[in-house]
Order: sequence, then structure tokens, then C-alpha cells
Amino acid sequence: MKKTYILEDLCCANCAAAIERGVARIEGVNSASVNFLTTKMILDVEEEGYDETLKKIRKVVKKTEPDVTIKEI
Amino acid sequence: MKKRLIRLGAGAVLFAAAAAAGALNALDDPVLKAAAFLIPYILVGYKVILKAVRNIFNGKVFDENFLMAVASIGAFFVGEYPEAVAVMLFYQVGELFEDYAVGKSRKSIAELMNIRPDYANLKTADGTTRVSPEQVKVGEIIVVRPGEKVPLDGVVVSGNSSVDTAALTGESMPRDVGVGNEILSGCINLSGLIEVKTEKEFGESTVSRILELVENASSQKAKTENFITRFAAVYTPAVVGAAVILAVVPPLVIPGASFADWIYRALNFLVVSCPCALVISVPLGFFGGIGAASRIGVLVKGSNYLEAAAYTELVVMDKTGTLTKGIFEVEKVQPAEGFRPAVNSREREKELITLAALAESNSTHPISQSVCRAAEAKYGITLKDGRISDHVAEVAEIAGQGVSAIIDGCKVLAGNDKLMKSQGIDFTESNDAGTVVYIAADGEYAGCILIADQPKEDAAETVKGLKARGITTVMLTGDSKTAGESVGKKLGIDRIYSELLPEDKVNRVCDLLAEKSEKGRLIFVGDGINDAPVLARADLGVAMGGLGSDAAIEAADIVIMDDKPSKLLALMKISRRTLSIVRQNIVFALGVKLAVLILSALGLCGMWAAVFADVGVSVIAILNSMRALKIK
Repeated sequence: MKKTYILEDLCCANCAAAIERGVARIEGVNSASVNFLTTKMILDVEEEGYDETLKKIRKVVKKTEPDVTIKEI
Repeated sequence: MKKRLIRLGAGAVLFAAAAAAGALNALDDPVLKAAAFLIPYILVGYKVILKAVRNIFNGKVFDENFLMAVASIGAFFVGEYPEAVAVMLFYQVGELFEDYAVGKSRKSIAELMNIRPDYANLKTADGTTRVSPEQVKVGEIIVVRPGEKVPLDGVVVSGNSSVDTAALTGESMPRDVGVGNEILSGCINLSGLIEVKTEKEFGESTVSRILELVENASSQKAKTENFITRFAAVYTPAVVGAAVILAVVPPLVIPGASFADWIYRALNFLVVSCPCALVISVPLGFFGGIGAASRIGVLVKGSNYLEAAAYTELVVMDKTGTLTKGIFEVEKVQPAEGFRPAVNSREREKELITLAALAESNSTHPISQSVCRAAEAKYGITLKDGRISDHVAEVAEIAGQGVSAIIDGCKVLAGNDKLMKSQGIDFTESNDAGTVVYIAADGEYAGCILIADQPKEDAAETVKGLKARGITTVMLTGDSKTAGESVGKKLGIDRIYSELLPEDKVNRVCDLLAEKSEKGRLIFVGDGINDAPVLARADLGVAMGGLGSDAAIEAADIVIMDDKPSKLLALMKISRRTLSIVRQNIVFALGVKLAVLILSALGLCGMWAAVFADVGVSVIAILNSMRALKIK
């Protein structure tokens, strides 16, 4: 399943790369790609248990870059 | 942004005041002096320090904030007060510039993406309602007024207009549409009100697919990008490690060396250790290049493909639909010597084609139709007029040979060589490549008309341009040898392979792949309809005329939206320019950083230079990358 989010206040390319690496490691996430310029995070995730996965994703993003907020589109 | 400016401005004023007081020896008390610089330092840098502390608790040690905090606090401790404040001030101003540059790039990219339609006018029982394009179902009628974007793909059911397809194809000439014509989302309706019956949902429509493609393109990373990511992961720890060694070892080994001096030099290392300039500017450069390509109607599915295009060594092209129009047109009208010798050659041609066109005007055969089309368009003959049709009688089709008809009492035959032979006409056989229609009038050979697939207007120019770059051009075709060679030679193609079945094309491409050099890339260009296996096999598959064709967009790595092969040259130019911009940035950023590292180790430059090597270089590299977006 494909999911796209906007990462608000994403302000450095290094952090974007760090978020991408962190999120990709989460169980239930098949692949993650963070585009620094469009501030979009595109995920390929398992449909089953996605609510749990999303919680983990939010946690990882918060930890990597506390200023960034995940917004659904 | 404004708050930050005020804060930095106030900090700068206080800093200048403290520095002036220091210069006038008004601050001889060390505590007073430290305090005078501490106030602007805190004003400017408190956020950075807060962030650094917070990140340490999050387990993130080597981030920029941390490095800047350590470097400036360190400078404070070794007594370089003005330096500490200046570094923080510089860093923040640099960040401000950097954010500005990033914001500007984001804006230009957003403009590029600005082809997304915001609404659709759905036709309902009582007028129209404005809905979001996602809500429109297949088969519903939408109204598009002049000036509006077409929100979904469909077919025009009423009205006439011209549409601007520049956002999709880069083509500036408007295209005329009328009832029955297909219309693609993303076009802008220019003149008349039209009603469109939708054929696809919004998510499947051209505009959505293009946007998705361009946005996702950056997830397919170029080799250079991967290199930078790997490099950055090593670079920062290495420089930080070197800083630690620099701070500790020389003071212990070199007699008379002071810790303060070497710690100061080591702090410079920390400032330079952030790889941001590279991490931002390299992907930005590629993104810009992809943006520039999409603006001329070339969709590149990933940075890696854009990068590969610069290393093209072989361009393999399909003939029909890629180099040629795929439409049969009259190429030559050749009256026989004895045919109407009294009039000039143009008149003789006109009379000959009139005979052929009249005889064939009722036929639906594609060859007949191209004869009629040419007669009308090139020679100005009216065929649809009933008065002229009155002259024609007893039209009979002779299967597999041609037609016969009585025109003004004269028996006319028009068809292939078999027809001439079977009717016992003495004729001169033509050696030209293509289909030849022979015409006889009253048992006498009157001449022939040559019909052939025409090369596209820019095909020859494309081949010439590719050859000028030292690229070998190859043409593959399923057509006969004469037809293939005639087109290939006319265009100046290096190697021509004809009479190929689809699987032969795959085999040929495999052979060519084995033949080329290690670093060179093979591009295959086809119309994307039945060459998906070849597109997949080539290093780089380019589908042409992909506008609205799902199969082509699926199979290819690069899609040329309109029918112009010359876009290939434009693509390569963008690719090469993008790579050169990216390389400039890498060399510049690493060069400056390395120079500052060496000078710092030798104690020849201050922290100011280090800050420039960090944020200053980032800003310059970002601005340089943005040039990629402007390549034309």
C-alpha cells in the first residue's frame, strides 16, 4: 500500500536522509523515500497493522527531527 | 523569518558595540569583557544551543547544532570571545540564506508542478457544479471554459477550441480540438467552451501520472547521489575524529605548544565537518535537471536515468513512428515522357495525379487515400465536389492490383505492377523504395506516383546532432531492406538493420550491448507500442509520443511526450549540464572544505573561514544547483 505524507518544517537535507533511513528500518515499512524539496515522504507499507506502524513512524520522525510534523494529504 | 532577522540584527549591533568597546580598551576587566560578548552570543545562539542539548538527549550527537555549539563555546573557553560570537552570528546568517535559497528552489519546483487542476465543472441536470477533480467519475460530462485547465482525460462531446499543451509537451503551438477529439488533462483551454466526456478517473489521468512521475523521480537515485550519501556518512566522523586528535596530540608532542591554540584549530575542524552543502545541492541539481526536462515535455523517471543519458554511446532507434511519421505520403509524382508533352512539368504532374485521385477517390485503401490527400493538399484539386465526380464512371476495384475507371470517356488504370502487366501496358518499372502506383490512360503508360513513409522533420537534424557528439546511430526496422536503407541513408544513420521480427530486435540490442564499451550507455528509442521488451533490455529505454499511452509510460525510463526525436538532443544537453553543475558543486564544496581544514590545522585561518566553508559554501552550491532548472 502506498502512503504519502507531508513533512512540515523539514529544514535540512541531512535530516531528510536520516528520517528516510530511520523510517525504512521500521517493521511493516517496505520502502521509504523522503523528498527534501517537495517535503514529501512516500511510503510503501504493509496494509495489515498499519495503525501501529504509523505510530512507530511518528515516533521515529519526532526523535530524528523534533520540529517536523507529519501531515496527511 | 522576520523575528529571526530582528534577533540577528540586534545581536549584530550588540556584538559591534562590544567589539568597539574592546578595541578602545574600555573592557579591561576580564569578567566585564566576557559578559559584554556573552549577551549578543546568547541572543544570537540560544536556539542553536537548546537544539544541540535536545538532540543529545535524542541520541543524535553529530548534528550541525551540536558542532556549532561546541565550536563556539570552545572558543569562549579559550578566550576568543569575539570569535565565538562571530561564528554564531555567521552561522545563523548563513542558515538564513540557506533557508531562503531552499525556499526559492521549492517555489520554482512548485511552479513546475503547477499543472494540477484545482477543480472540475461537472455538468448536472440543472447547470454545472464545481467539484474537486477526484470526485468526477468515468463517463460524466465536464465543462471546460476558456482559460481553465482541463482536469481529466476525455473526449470532446461538444464545442470547438484550441488548447495549449505546453505543460505536457513543451510545444508552444496550440492544438485545435473539436467534437470526437481526445483531450488530455493538464492542457489549458484557450478559446471556446467545450464539454468533455471523461474517460479516466483523476488518479489515472495524464496530469496526475506526470506529477507522480516527476515527484517520485528523485527516489531513483543517481550514482553520484549515492556516492555523496556514503561519503557524508564517513566524512563527518572522520573530520570530528581528526579534530579530537588535533586538540590532544600536538600539545603533548610539540614542545611549547599550547592546548588553547590547538583546541581552537580543532574547533575549526568541527565547523567544517558538516556535509550539508553536498547533501543538499547534489540531489537538488538532479531534481532541477529533471524539472528542466519535464518543462520541454521529456519525463525522466529517475535521477539515475538522467545521469546515464550523459554517457550515451549508442542510440538505437526504431524506424516507423520514431524516425518516420508512420503515415504514408506521396513523395514523388512522375509523369511518363509521352504523357501530355505540351504543358509544363507542374501541370503534367497535376494532370497525372488528378487522373489517379479521381480513379481512386471512392477507395478506402490507405494508399488511395494518401493519393487523394496529396491531390487535394499539394495540387489544390477538389475531389469531394459532386461536379467532378460526375466525370467518373464505371469504377471497379481489381483486388490486389488496383482500380480502373472511365474518366471523361478515357479508360484509366491505377495500381501496382501486376495491374500493368495483366492489362498488357508497356511501362517503366520504378526502383524507388516505397509503394509505387502506376497509371495508364487509354492503354498508354502515363506515369507513376511514389508513396513512402516520410521521415519526421527533425529526424535528420537529430541524427546529425548525435553523430556530432560521437554517438553511433543504429536503426532497426521490420520493413524491407530497400525501404529501411532508403530512409536510413537519407538520414545518415550509421548502421541499418532491416527485416527484423520483434524478437530479432531484442537480439540485435543484446548484441549491441555486448559490443559497446563498459562505461558507454545504449539508448533505445521506440514508440513504446510493441517494443516493451527492447525498452526494458536497453540501458535506457525512451518511449516517444507517449502522450496518453499507458503502456509506453510504464515500460520506458524516459518518455518524450510529443513526437519529436530532436528532444533526445535536448535531453542529453540537460543531462550533461546537470552533471557538470553537480560536479562543480562537489569539487567546489570539497575543495573549499579541504583548503580550510589544511589552513586550520596549520593555524593560518580563523573560525570565520570555517563558517564560510560550511554555510557559505552551502548557499553558493544551492544557488548553483538551481541553474539546472533553468537549462533550456
